[in-house]
Amino acid sequence: MEGPIQMKDIHIEERVVSDHKAKITARGVQVYYGTNHALKDVDVDILAGTVTAFIGPSGCGKSTFLRCLNRMNDTVSSARVVGEILLDGEDIYDKRVDPVQLRAKVGMVFQKPNPFPKSIYDNVAYGPKIHGLTRNKAELDEVVESCLRKAALWNEVKDRLQAPGTGLSGGQQQRLCIARAIATSPEVLLMDEPCSALDPIATAQVEELIDELRSQFSVVIVTHSMQQAARVSQKTAFFHLGNLVEYGETGQIFTNPKDPRTESYITGRIG
Amino acid sequence: MTVAATNPMPTPPAKATHSLLVPNAAMGRRNAAEKRFRAYGLAAIAVSLSVLGIMLWSIFSDGLSSFFQAKLTFPVTLSSEVLDPAGNGLREEMTKVTTIGYGKLLTAAFTAELAAKGISTEGVTDKQLAEMISKDAPGVLRAKVLGDTSMLDQTITMSVLAAGRIDGYLKGRVTMETAERDGNISPEQLQLADRLKTARILGSSFNTRFLTSPDASDQRPEAAGLGVAILGSAYMMLLVLIICVPIGVATSIYLEEFAPKNRWTDLIEVNISNLAAVPSIVFGILGLAIFINFAGFPQSSSVVGALVLSLMTLPTIIIATRSSIRAVPPSIRDAALGVGASKMQTVFHHVLPLAMPGILTGTILGLASALGETAPLLLIGMVAFVDNYPSAPVEGFMDPATALPVQVYSWASRSDPAFIERSSGAIIVLLVFLVVMNVTAIILRRKFERRW
Ligand SMILES: Nc1ncnc2c1ncn2[C@@H]1O[C@H](COP(=O)(O)OP(=O)(O)O)[C@@H](O)[C@H]1O
Ligand SMILES: [Mg+2]
Repeated sequence: MEGPIQMKDIHIEERVVSDHKAKITARGVQVYYGTNHALKDVDVDILAGTVTAFIGPSGCGKSTFLRCLNRMNDTVSSARVVGEILLDGEDIYDKRVDPVQLRAKVGMVFQKPNPFPKSIYDNVAYGPKIHGLTRNKAELDEVVESCLRKAALWNEVKDRLQAPGTGLSGGQQQRLCIARAIATSPEVLLMDEPCSALDPIATAQVEELIDELRSQFSVVIVTHSMQQAARVSQKTAFFHLGNLVEYGETGQIFTNPKDPRTESYITGRIG
Repeated sequence: MTVAATNPMPTPPAKATHSLLVPNAAMGRRNAAEKRFRAYGLAAIAVSLSVLGIMLWSIFSDGLSSFFQAKLTFPVTLSSEVLDPAGNGLREEMTKVTTIGYGKLLTAAFTAELAAKGISTEGVTDKQLAEMISKDAPGVLRAKVLGDTSMLDQTITMSVLAAGRIDGYLKGRVTMETAERDGNISPEQLQLADRLKTARILGSSFNTRFLTSPDASDQRPEAAGLGVAILGSAYMMLLVLIICVPIGVATSIYLEEFAPKNRWTDLIEVNISNLAAVPSIVFGILGLAIFINFAGFPQSSSVVGALVLSLMTLPTIIIATRSSIRAVPPSIRDAALGVGASKMQTVFHHVLPLAMPGILTGTILGLASALGETAPLLLIGMVAFVDNYPSAPVEGFMDPATALPVQVYSWASRSDPAFIERSSGAIIVLLVFLVVMNVTAIILRRKFERRW
């Protein structure tokens, strides 16, 4: 009886410690799309074991900043990123960093559920396969099952793993995408408006899931819904016209914003 | 309109309370315009359908008969006195007997059969009687005997082609009136043909040789076939496929997924579209200059034809492939990159499989248009008279060959009306191939359409 209890204690202990550690440190980040200066001088520390919400009106640069964190902006030929982004103290824009490896460590879930037009199993297994994370089929099966469980999808799909992922409902598809993202065992999970294409019930399921995922990953979520930010996040960053206006404890941002722009936004006057 | 004219609307408020059940003038005009537009559309479709119908009808009414051929059937005794003058049964000695010897044997057997069946040959000279058998027949018999010398001194039943004019008479192309003015046939011969038909010596049967035999000279339209043309077209399509698919797909993937968007890629893009619009005969001249005169490939060979057709087909395949790659939703690429797939992996694991149906359809349609292409092949000498089959691949690609559409062209330009029938028959064969290819393309598209 003693063993498991100790394990649990250690686990909690770790979480408390990591709560205070910065997983990602961004300093002076500027992003240009051609001549459009989309992101201006953003400094932010994303903490480990925390859900961080990015809020702000449309076009203020939330997605842009999120996509800097796993270098998805590399695929946009006009995009130029200036400044420093450190993951565990290492500069991710260093020449020696391969974005492919970075993206295995910093997973991403997109606004619109985008499962591969393959089976549910293959969707989850794809990441571990290409990164060579498993040695045999049994291990892969195990990873697929545990990821689907973590994504709260296992019970719904365990009997039809070979069915196409695109045949699931919207909410199930998004949870499948989350399972796919966590299958490469990332340390950070980026989510760009993951619930905006979902109905309220599916949204509630995904939100619940995000809260559970916090124990293993740092989660960064972009959201349009302030209620959602308030429900799921511990830290909130408010962006406006490419600037990071305010960053702090979620409770403080929503109850006692320091900047008048933040206040106008959360009271519904801009956005 | 009439409502508005007889009863103009007095005041705007009246309009506001207008009942939905009362027809309204503006609505009437709008509906009339829509009806007119539908009528135009239907009329346009009717015109195109009827033109298509007339075209198909004329081709089939002219060409279907080429799939049937008049044949004379009678017993022939392969007398060794004529065929084996040395008397030792050795094949080498027997090859000294030419087709003339076999021709005499056939004529004798034919005459004997007529006598035996009691068919009068009144008004028909011996020479005319001999000419009722196709000039192709002695060669066929000779090849048969040399192929199996044990047949010597046996009596076999031969079914040989009747002369082209006799075939034409059975098909209604040659009549008593035309025979009067025709130096190659007389009305008496036609009357004899009628009697032969009643005696079941002359009959019409399915013409497999039309699909398998090589072309024949002007004097023997009845023996001409599409064998070499079908083989040549098949060789060329195979080569075009081997050349175009890897180059086309690699080019498209590079341009769509990897190339930076700059002035050079824009230039390449514009030029690919331009190439697709270049008249095909220009590619023929290019092929003549580069592949034959410069690179020294043999004239009228399938390989040169295929290279020229590849030049023409590549732009089509590239354009089709690029548009189907572009049609793959970017969200799929994001998803793959997001889990840490490399660009290559993204393309080969996700983009290409989804683009595959489009690539296949584009390729098949490109091949279909290459199959029907004639002008460039004329320039590289594929119109030459070829009566030997090209050998098996790979050497066969260097042998002279011809192609289906070129065969249509060369038959259509010959003087004997019997070749016009062959020409339409060749068009039917070409159309069948094209329809099969297009249907395959449609089936593939239906089968794989929008799986995401
Ligand atoms: N791929 C792109 N190319 C050019 N400009 C872009 C691109 N993506 C975003 N932008 C611009 O960057 C700014 C921020 O966009 P985005 O980060 O998508 O905003 P948000 O996610 O907060 O709504 C906008 O002005 C937008 O027009
Ligand atoms: Mg966005």
